[in-house]
Amino acid sequence: MTQKITLAKGLNMGLRKAMENDPKVLIMGEDVGKLGGVFRITDGLQKDFGEDRVIDSPLAESGIVGTAVGMALRGYRPVVEIQFDGFVYPAYDQIVCQVAKMHFRSQGKSKMPMVIRIPFGGGIGAVEHHSESPEAQFAHTPGLKVVACSNPVDGYWMIQQAIASDDPVIFLEPKRQYHADKAELDDTVTPDPLFTSRVVRTGTDVTVLAYGPMVKTVMRAAEAAASEGKSLEVIDLRTLSPLDMGPVLDSVRRTGRAVVAHEAHVNLGMGAEISARITEQCFYSLEAPVLRVGGFDAPYPPSRLEENYLPDLDRVLDAVDHSLSF
Amino acid sequence: MTKQPASGFGPDLAEVFGPSQQDGGPELIQLLTPEGERVHHPDIDVDFPEEQLRGFYRDMVLTRRIDTEATALQRHGELGIWAQLLGQEAAQIGAGRALRPQDYVFPTYREHGVAWCRGVDPLKLLGLFRGVDQGSWDPGANNFALYTIVIGAQCLHATGYAMGMQRDGVVGTGDPERDAAVVAHFGDGASSQGDVNEAFIFAASYNAPVVFFCQNNQWAISEPIERQSRIPLYQRALGFGFPGVRVDGNDVLATYAVTQAALQRARDGQGPTLVEAYTYRMGAHTTTDDPTRYRLSDDVERWKLKDPIARVEVYLKRNGFADEAFFDSVADEADQLGATLREGCKAMPDPEPMSMFDHVYSEMTEELAAQRDGYAAYLESFEGAAVGGGH
Repeated sequence: MTQKITLAKGLNMGLRKAMENDPKVLIMGEDVGKLGGVFRITDGLQKDFGEDRVIDSPLAESGIVGTAVGMALRGYRPVVEIQFDGFVYPAYDQIVCQVAKMHFRSQGKSKMPMVIRIPFGGGIGAVEHHSESPEAQFAHTPGLKVVACSNPVDGYWMIQQAIASDDPVIFLEPKRQYHADKAELDDTVTPDPLFTSRVVRTGTDVTVLAYGPMVKTVMRAAEAAASEGKSLEVIDLRTLSPLDMGPVLDSVRRTGRAVVAHEAHVNLGMGAEISARITEQCFYSLEAPVLRVGGFDAPYPPSRLEENYLPDLDRVLDAVDHSLSF
Repeated sequence: MTKQPASGFGPDLAEVFGPSQQDGGPELIQLLTPEGERVHHPDIDVDFPEEQLRGFYRDMVLTRRIDTEATALQRHGELGIWAQLLGQEAAQIGAGRALRPQDYVFPTYREHGVAWCRGVDPLKLLGLFRGVDQGSWDPGANNFALYTIVIGAQCLHATGYAMGMQRDGVVGTGDPERDAAVVAHFGDGASSQGDVNEAFIFAASYNAPVVFFCQNNQWAISEPIERQSRIPLYQRALGFGFPGVRVDGNDVLATYAVTQAALQRARDGQGPTLVEAYTYRMGAHTTTDDPTRYRLSDDVERWKLKDPIARVEVYLKRNGFADEAFFDSVADEADQLGATLREGCKAMPDPEPMSMFDHVYSEMTEELAAQRDGYAAYLESFEGAAVGGGH
């Protein structure tokens, strides 16, 4: 069966499916019950699965993640919602010190099958702390897996795959895409494995890497570049830890040029790691240094400036031109 | 009647709680005095069979021996560090023996006596402190979670685990073999942590079957309880919406009785309880600490008179509940345990270098496997050389 869905709908359907398939799947977070979450991602789930499985939590992020650790130790598969990216930090200790290390320190005896959903990124005109991109802080932490969906169909499949994972997954959702575009979902196909990147547009001149909200921007940039006779190959990274470098390296060996785009600050962001890996493994294929396009190394600005702060089509194209100038 | 201060903001706390809580205050629940005299409490009391009393004594002596041996092993360089429990034996044995098999415990890093009660091999407690593992017992085998170093974090895990029990239908069924609860251990220092306070809120909100067992040993490394709280810790529970009690943590009988009652409340579906076990850290925070820098030996001397083991010994002897042969046999057993720990500790092998790559994930990722293989090849490159690593 196929239908046209938004990212919000895809995630909602994926969560529902996961809850239907496994009674151990629980959802917990602030306002996830009657309200359906501030973005309505859990809309209708408490009504259908009950308050024991879709749990409105007290307003305390460390408490949400810390109690989810206990639930996971008891054999449940908690899916917790952090309301906004900037509110994950009170839970940072539980995520980094407890969630990430439990399987390792117990020598595999205690599994931690938890999904931490975080709406991330900017572009919605929000007040401070509502537009951040904290992915590198989690990708830097051994024991966590970090993924970012970019479109409705991936949202539907990836959330189910993350819930099925026995390892803890930080699940990043591009909040400005939640209700933006619709895509055709065919739920009879076999999805790509979760921890894989994907070439979403083939090209020959420059490889452009993106994930989450920047995939759409980069795809539009590729269209614009094509009208100027430049052929961009676009890869949706999808998984940030572990990185799936295979398709990236294959592409860069053909194009000889790479640009990494993300909303997060450039300094020590995902682009830095990806750039290092490309350089280490494709050094002799490179015609230009790997370039990064991202948020500036300043705190996320007041929203009236976010169009300046966020990498847009033109800044991506600028980086592409810079790469081609070598 | 409590006098209202002129401010109108309720009673003067200094008057309510008094200038000092040195003796635990009037609310302290006690069943065995420091002098070994059995006293009774109108609400909390248990008839203890002689065998159980002897068991408490044995548990406490052996737990103290684990602690003494481990401290000595640290001094001999066999352990990197050890977190001592000296003085807290009664609190831990009382809490530990009140458990049923189906209950679950979330410890700090000092609950060696509770681990003993749960049947965790004492030798396994040493691994973390020797640096050969980070807790090698199977948490599911003894319903005893791994030690938690980050202060207070485990209180949330305990609460979540208890919420899982609620969903598993093992709370409030009336079946004593089935109904279960969780004990979250923490200390007076941890009571200042956000996670502990959030655990209180979650447990209260969901009426979770968890007993918050606070060993108030008066010291968070060098900081006295007065730095953590201006009111007795057990009083905090009321503000969160569940009962709190203060028990003489050096009295194994009272600790057992209070914990048992709190656990039963939880198993029955009546929600959380805060138990403040009022005790004293007779040793250092850990073997790296020097308490002479921050506290008076007078205090320590005064607490020596409240020793948890001595009062049970007096009680057993005075009432003829145990003879010399019993005390000798426990002493022998302690010596044997000490020898086993000494030999076992020194025989613990260092972990294989390659094991540090294991269990980061349920299945090793390709990128981590590449790092592991690279390091293995690097180590192998030294083999056959005059000097080098390897194993």
